[in-house]
Amino acid sequence: MKRKFTLGLGLQYGLAVFFMLLFSLPLLFMLSSSFKNPQTIFADVKSWRAFFPVGEVSLEQYAGVFERLPLWQFMFNSIFISATVVILGLFVNSLAGYAIARLKFRGQNVILVFLIATLVIPFETIAMPLLVLVNSLPRISFEEGTIEFTTGWLNTYLVQIAPFVAWGFSIFLFVQYFKTIPKELDEAAIIDGAGFFAIYWRIIAPLAGPAYATSAILSFLAIWNAYLWPVMVVQTEALRPVQVGLDYFWAATSEEGTQWGEIMAYSSLITIPIIIIFVVFQRAFVASVASSGVKG
Amino acid sequence: MTTGIQSRLFPASLKAKSARAGFLFVLPAVGLMMLFLVAPVILAFSLGFTNAKFASPKDPEFVGLDNFTEMLSLAQVSVAADPSDENVAFDNLRELTKPAAQTQYSGMQVLAESYNDGGTQADFTIAGDALFWKSLRNTFVFAGVVAPLQGGLALALALLINSRIRGKVFFRTIYFMPVVTSMVVVSILWIFFYQKDGLANVLLDAVIPGYEPVAFLAEPSLALPAIIFMSAWQGVGFHMIIWLAGLQTIPGELYEAATVDGANKWEQFKAVTWPGLQTTFVFVLIIISIQAMGLFTQINVMTKGGPLDSTTTIVFHLFREGFRKNEIGYSSAIAIVFFVIVVAISIIQRRLTRERD
Repeated sequence: MKRKFTLGLGLQYGLAVFFMLLFSLPLLFMLSSSFKNPQTIFADVKSWRAFFPVGEVSLEQYAGVFERLPLWQFMFNSIFISATVVILGLFVNSLAGYAIARLKFRGQNVILVFLIATLVIPFETIAMPLLVLVNSLPRISFEEGTIEFTTGWLNTYLVQIAPFVAWGFSIFLFVQYFKTIPKELDEAAIIDGAGFFAIYWRIIAPLAGPAYATSAILSFLAIWNAYLWPVMVVQTEALRPVQVGLDYFWAATSEEGTQWGEIMAYSSLITIPIIIIFVVFQRAFVASVASSGVKG
Repeated sequence: MTTGIQSRLFPASLKAKSARAGFLFVLPAVGLMMLFLVAPVILAFSLGFTNAKFASPKDPEFVGLDNFTEMLSLAQVSVAADPSDENVAFDNLRELTKPAAQTQYSGMQVLAESYNDGGTQADFTIAGDALFWKSLRNTFVFAGVVAPLQGGLALALALLINSRIRGKVFFRTIYFMPVVTSMVVVSILWIFFYQKDGLANVLLDAVIPGYEPVAFLAEPSLALPAIIFMSAWQGVGFHMIIWLAGLQTIPGELYEAATVDGANKWEQFKAVTWPGLQTTFVFVLIIISIQAMGLFTQINVMTKGGPLDSTTTIVFHLFREGFRKNEIGYSSAIAIVFFVIVVAISIIQRRLTRERD
């Protein structure tokens, strides 16, 4: 089919390109500036050069950030925390989803209603009491070969992980998905004498790839970008995740003249990999966001 | 749900097994949610009625509704003023509000002021917690502007991508990129843009003749609008995807029928597209509003509530009270009010949109 080029279509392309610039130029600026020193950044602001890594470019800003900050440690922390939340979450939430969708037990419907009710509670509401709560939970630590029993989870990995493993939305997603898998599969397995966990693990879970992908993507993004909670519970530099590390770095340098080049290098390092992952898996990303709209 | 085959397959022993397995399988998730979600909710509702302080050796005391009266109390007072000396009015007010005055206005702070009768009388609006009211106002302004702005722009982008243009996937990918960029990165990036010698000023200078550059985040009247614009920029791609999913549920035959009937693009939108998007509309409106009500990261990174409290928000206020000042009791009371507002907003929006159908 041949497309007729009309004024309307021209206008649509114009708008599409305008928005493309609006959404991409700030990020191009971030990446380009990460190769420039602060003087060059400010000198380039008034021209198109601001958005391209041209002129005096180097990797000095990246070297500077790593010299100044334990950025590898921050990155390890964020990756470790996000990965643990995602993996444990996928297991715990899909197992609960399987039970609610496929098994029959007392209180099943009450639990489903309870899960839906938890979706309306904004995290901001419970952040402060949760801080009080985790501060009074028992803590077991291993120091120099001895086991110590103390109180309070502040400044641990655990406090950044445990509260976010179980997630009502994720369970709900699994319930919805598991219901679409034909019941005959379970029934055949039951006749063969398989236990319920085996059915979940060997038959149902392998068929629910898209639900796992959606849940993993949404919870990864939420934990990787988390800010309010880590600000509240982590003071130790060694346990700091990347977002809080960036905020502290910015706040610390803004007094002695902001190191914009290094800030942009740090920002690029924690943004570009996520954008690349997004571009590669964008079909899954888009599907997961779209499915978050289904619950309405 | 139970099919005939299934009930035959579920003899008594299997039923018992299923019941036990079901209980065991939901236990980890429900247990974790009890500890980290239900317990904090209960704790919020109980601490809100106490004077609890964080990590304080003293036990919290029950104070009834004190936190709520302090937070919500508002009053109008008029005092004599002197047009030539503005301190007079404030001195007179202080007589009423100083703690030693033991009046009903003791400890209250100025929220707004105006002068009457040629400056001889000053009318003050005073509040138990002026910052709370400012936070409430800013939060509503933010949500009230961001919801239509971001939701509307997201719909426009979705329609654009759903139109006849080529390179849909390319454009969609670009528009979505800010969504996967963290709010901390976005905030710091835009601090640079909003500086006096930053990109926003360079751009405006190029477009508007005789433009005077401003430091957006240092200007009380501009800081919140600047944060609104940035937030919409960051979040719009997310809602564009949801609108797109909604658009795809509208059957193509409806458009064909409308074209046959001679409807133009706008008439098609009114008769087919918009009615088909009603559920999506409610959903987008509710999630943007609720997200917007929770405005915190941008504020804490960019302005810390300033300049002159022009960007303080409810969540920022409860964070400041609870985390910075250790006033956990008062902070929990703010959280309760916040929760009530959020639930009320989603109920009202659901109602309003249902009635229109």
